[in-house]
Amino acid sequence: MFYREAGIFKTSYAADQALFRIPIDKLFVIGLIAFAFIVIPLVGNEYWLGSILIPTLILSIAALGLNILTGYCGQLSLGTGAFMAAGAFMAYKLATNMEGMPIILVILLGGVSSAAIGVAFGLPSLRIKGFYLAVTTLAAQFFLLWLFQKVPWFVNYSMSGVPTAPPREAFGYLVTGAEASSTARYIFVLGFTVVLGLLASNLVRGRIGRMWMAIRDMDIAAELIGIKPLQTKLSAFAVSSFYCGVAGALWSFCYINTVEASAFDINRSFTVLFMVIIGGLGSILGAFLGAFFIFLLPIFLNSAPAWIGLSIASETIAHVEFMVFGALIVFFLIVEPAGLARLWGITKEKLRLWPFPY
Amino acid sequence: MTLPFEVWFFFEVVLNGLFTGTMYSLVALGFVLIFKASGVFNFAQGIMVLFAALNFVGFIEMGLHPLLAGAITIAIMIALAYAVEGLVLRHLVNQAPIILFMSTIGIAFFLEGFGEFIWGGDVHALDVGIPDGAWFVGDMMIQQFDVSQAVIAAVLVGVLAAFFTYTRIGRALRAVADDHQAALSVGIPLNQIWVIVWAVAGMVALVAGIIWGARLGVQFSLSIIALKALPVLILGGFTSVPGAIIGGLIIGTGEKLAEIYGAPAFESLVEATTGVDSISFGGVEEWFAYVLAMIFLFFRPQGLFGDRIIERV
Repeated sequence: MFYREAGIFKTSYAADQALFRIPIDKLFVIGLIAFAFIVIPLVGNEYWLGSILIPTLILSIAALGLNILTGYCGQLSLGTGAFMAAGAFMAYKLATNMEGMPIILVILLGGVSSAAIGVAFGLPSLRIKGFYLAVTTLAAQFFLLWLFQKVPWFVNYSMSGVPTAPPREAFGYLVTGAEASSTARYIFVLGFTVVLGLLASNLVRGRIGRMWMAIRDMDIAAELIGIKPLQTKLSAFAVSSFYCGVAGALWSFCYINTVEASAFDINRSFTVLFMVIIGGLGSILGAFLGAFFIFLLPIFLNSAPAWIGLSIASETIAHVEFMVFGALIVFFLIVEPAGLARLWGITKEKLRLWPFPY
Repeated sequence: MTLPFEVWFFFEVVLNGLFTGTMYSLVALGFVLIFKASGVFNFAQGIMVLFAALNFVGFIEMGLHPLLAGAITIAIMIALAYAVEGLVLRHLVNQAPIILFMSTIGIAFFLEGFGEFIWGGDVHALDVGIPDGAWFVGDMMIQQFDVSQAVIAAVLVGVLAAFFTYTRIGRALRAVADDHQAALSVGIPLNQIWVIVWAVAGMVALVAGIIWGARLGVQFSLSIIALKALPVLILGGFTSVPGAIIGGLIIGTGEKLAEIYGAPAFESLVEATTGVDSISFGGVEEWFAYVLAMIFLFFRPQGLFGDRIIERV
């Protein structure tokens, strides 16, 4: 590895459970965040910031949310898209009906209303498990999207039914809507990602995270040692939907610049689920790795033939893209069902011993 | 008979729903077969319907006789079963159910791309000579198409039931469904059984695909409709073949009734209470099945005919 862990001794339980157990890890993460905040906006162009990094970061937030629910609390959900839509539409209502409200608060409140809806649809989880639960979250997916499409109140009776996101400022910079520069939107989204990412990694190593994991590993046993399934499962649904709601609001306000239900259809739910599974269930790092991998893979597949000088009809590329995508998912599941995060862990283990593995 | 028109119309709606339900049942049947034998929740079943239909229609368009096309498609579905078992499932033995589930989503993506890569993404019309007239009973119209489709579905279920009850392979399948380890210990080859159920599910998918394709044209949306088979399964129970059929009928009827009677009633209710006019609540069909399944689960988590879920610490 680039650094050694020998010689770092923990003298207290707190140190052993710290967020960064090795000082250099902490430096690395701080460095990464600083790089993302300072260097990338300077070197990135419109395409990279606006079409690749912004959506990937937003989807990482959604993947974090789903990972909390599925990876840490063990409740399979196929309704991520609907919870994202809830956040987007509620944030839109707030932003347009309360002109003066700060945009950060608007987006957080969008997440909160999504959390409330998530709790309502999480109620069946107290009686239902596994795939049965997944189907009830499909109910959320189809019902909520239908509701947002059919009730004109949600889009302020806009004639087209697809209102544009209102332009709003944060700290004096325009950060939402089509007018905002991609750099400003990128920094805004990145801020949310970093804060929510740190929050998530702190949540899952604290008391509440351990309660989630106990429920995931065996709910009856967890109940016997005094963990209340009701509060635990519903809190996971609430936190997860909050993340998804924030991601949905950002998606509408900072990426596609319109508030429309079709952006959050069932395919969105599946995409986020893929990110979580490929990245690694029950891993914060995995949510980010998965989001980058799944979002960038189609882009790569799309442009790869052109790089090596092949010209193929775009329709054919779309089909081949599906095939390669499907095959890669199966391949990754076979190679490492625990996901990219686990692969990263194994690489680290190997590098730690390198060059003398025995 | 001199019943008022509304009554006839109601009967027509119910009947229509029942026929739609048989289609859901056909897809659900494929799910149940695979779930019973291997515990895999096969998300790709919907795509298999599309894939089978695409192959079938593709061979017919090449000028082959429908029977020959059907035979080749069956051969392809069997080959697919071998491929799935050998390339995917064999390597994922003992993994968590969610991993297996994800792998079938991967298979679904692959098949979707593969099918359209070979046969193109256009809508294909399919005519296999199912009669398309209508009968009138009183004021009620019955599509002959619907009737023949229901008959085909019934025959298929009958054949499957006979296959499971009277053949050696069928008995082995039931043994595996009951208890994997016990089945292994009396010498039933699990891998071979998996290939067989995937192949059988592939053939069921072909039948569903032909019927649906003849009605709607062979196109991608077939696989989305197939997602409706999930609430059907919930209602009937994941492990029960009769459950899949009755669940399909309930969902089919329920959503048609909700669309025709529920949505207008709700619209007038909204209009009466809020004074807001002209909100259309059409499209209840899209989600009704899922919400019905969700409410149902509150009262019977294992479904109508599912095995009781017993948990031990």
